Amino acid sequence: MSQPVKINARTITKDEYFYGHKACGGCGESLALRLALKVIGEDAYLSLPAGCMAAVSFIYPNMAFKQNAIITPFASTAAVATGVAAGLKALNKNKLSVGFAGDGGTADIGIQALSGAIDRGEKFIYICTDNEAYMNTGIQKSGLTPFGASTTTTPAGKVIRGNVKPKKNMFEIVAAHGIAYAATASVGYLEDFMMKVQKAKEANGPAYIHVFSPCPTGWGHESDKTIEIAKEVVDNGLWYLAEFENGKFKLNKTPKLDSDVRLYLNAQSRFKHLTDDDIREIEALREEKWERLIKEWS
Amino acid sequence: MSRNAFLNGNEAVAYGVKLSRPNVVAAYPITPQTKAVEKISSFVQNGELDCEYMHVESEHSAMACSIGASSVGARTFTATSSQGLLYMAECLPYASGARLPIVMMNANRSLATPWNIYGDQMDTMFLLNSGWVQIFVEDAQEALDVTIQSFKLAEDVRVMAPVMVNLDGFVLTHTYEKVSIPSQEAVDQYLPPFKPSAHMMNDEEPMSMCITAGNQHNMEFKIKQHQELFNALHVFEEIDHSFNEKFGRSYGGVLEGYQNEDADYLLVTTGSVTGTARVVVDELRSKGVKAGIIKLRVVRPFPKEAMVRSVAGAKAIGIIDKNISFGYEGTIYTNVNSALLQRGLNLITLNFIGGIGGRDITKQNIEEMFEKLSTVSTSEAVDAVSYYNVRCSL
Repeated sequence: MSQPVKINARTITKDEYFYGHKACGGCGESLALRLALKVIGEDAYLSLPAGCMAAVSFIYPNMAFKQNAIITPFASTAAVATGVAAGLKALNKNKLSVGFAGDGGTADIGIQALSGAIDRGEKFIYICTDNEAYMNTGIQKSGLTPFGASTTTTPAGKVIRGNVKPKKNMFEIVAAHGIAYAATASVGYLEDFMMKVQKAKEANGPAYIHVFSPCPTGWGHESDKTIEIAKEVVDNGLWYLAEFENGKFKLNKTPKLDSDVRLYLNAQSRFKHLTDDDIREIEALREEKWERLIKEWS
Repeated sequence: MSRNAFLNGNEAVAYGVKLSRPNVVAAYPITPQTKAVEKISSFVQNGELDCEYMHVESEHSAMACSIGASSVGARTFTATSSQGLLYMAECLPYASGARLPIVMMNANRSLATPWNIYGDQMDTMFLLNSGWVQIFVEDAQEALDVTIQSFKLAEDVRVMAPVMVNLDGFVLTHTYEKVSIPSQEAVDQYLPPFKPSAHMMNDEEPMSMCITAGNQHNMEFKIKQHQELFNALHVFEEIDHSFNEKFGRSYGGVLEGYQNEDADYLLVTTGSVTGTARVVVDELRSKGVKAGIIKLRVVRPFPKEAMVRSVAGAKAIGIIDKNISFGYEGTIYTNVNSALLQRGLNLITLNFIGGIGGRDITKQNIEEMFEKLSTVSTSEAVDAVSYYNVRCSL
């Protein structure tokens, strides 16, 4: 793979491809989508399932995407995107097909279609904008909701305090397919994210990017804290920046594993019920995860 | 030049697909459809058909991939059956609402539970409201011809709707017959490459597809889709004529009347049972009984006017249903009755349910049906719904 051109605030296009949508203030997902499209360019064909990004952007007669775009059945982002790619290929059009889906659309209902699409090996890009719950339907738990988070289906109850399971490991599930390129990212580190989108664009086969995208409405934080929160989660090691390329994992950033996770957790009302024991559990999960990542990927 | 071959229904569809030159085929195997997709994939693997064959991981993705491919203007085919059809069910109104001219073969098969791989029409009747054109064929030749015709129908700008070609599982899909395979040159002349519709995604004027329309607009989209689906009836008649001119085979359009014009007693059939009924009608006619058949070819959109015209002189009509709408009656029976009633035809109609889970509908059964039609004086006098070849007391 050739070394991508450095993309930053100075070099990126001023053109907008996702404009006039109705996403909430401070929406991390719409930011990821907007910037990814600037890297991907206006020739791409987009597939998005029924979810927040579709709900805010295809409202007849107002269409927010400049590119060709289609809402897919919820389970079918990767299937429709690869169908689009196959159609374009058969019609001798050299265009890129890109799927965008949230955490539920990716890790839960869409995982089968995603697995099939990656396995078929034809080129397309899939970007998972992970805001850690079903936000469009009102903040219900998904397979990517973190341990401890209160959602409307895992409320902080008297017996069970929030979500009891850690996040499903989508990045490694995808990598296990032997995918051409996969990466994790965060809207807290936008240059890193855009560089990874560029790499995905140039990959010789399917590419997957999993971008951590805070949701002020669902997480209960101020809308101007999105970037701060998305940086802190990487800095404290509760999320990670990594790549899978040429069959090898690579860590992009080393966190401060002795940092206090409360700085991150206390900024969000979804974690406000957590006890000291819960927070120790979160720190233990972090320690366990990083012990393995450093051992295997460094 | 056309050539003759010994083909089963699945293979006949595969040849129809090959001759139609699809750009994309996305399919998942399910009995009894498998031989169709195996044959198509062998055409692709041997370089006889130049198309993208997508080895999808499910029927849901088969239809979702078809939606993606069709939405950029690619001619697209898929095939399924039974549980597979129901697994992709969510995507069927999706495709029809987006006005995508996808063609799908469905091998009619029983639904679980109890599990059963044999033929009945419960699967497709489940999806009657999906916005797809639904055509039933009687034999392998018709399967091949209707496959080609279906692309022409689906892609007609007056229709722009997906089309499902239904073949009775095993009875049609696995039975070999002599089939005339048209030449590629003739089919190329008859079915030119698809010119994508302006509503599809394209490079010149990017489009948003499968959009959201709230309560301010949604009903208008749905009603327009409904109204335009009716165009499939006269367009299919046109196609039957033009196909006959080109290839010398006509099937009668949306329905075929067999000995119906002076018939006292008519059976309404779909699919393969028609062949058995033709033999019985011939025998009854030789005995002086005025028996006839209405072979219903298109069930959606429902050919109301053609049905009413074709049965108007009859004394009694029997409707064979290889399905049960649980808690009511056979689905086609309901549809036929509605058509007759709307046009003030107060005819005796009886519902003959048979063939469920692959049970035979025999010549004797059909003779019994005509016997019942000729002895009944009013619909009220008998239970309108009866079951044939049943091995338990009812």
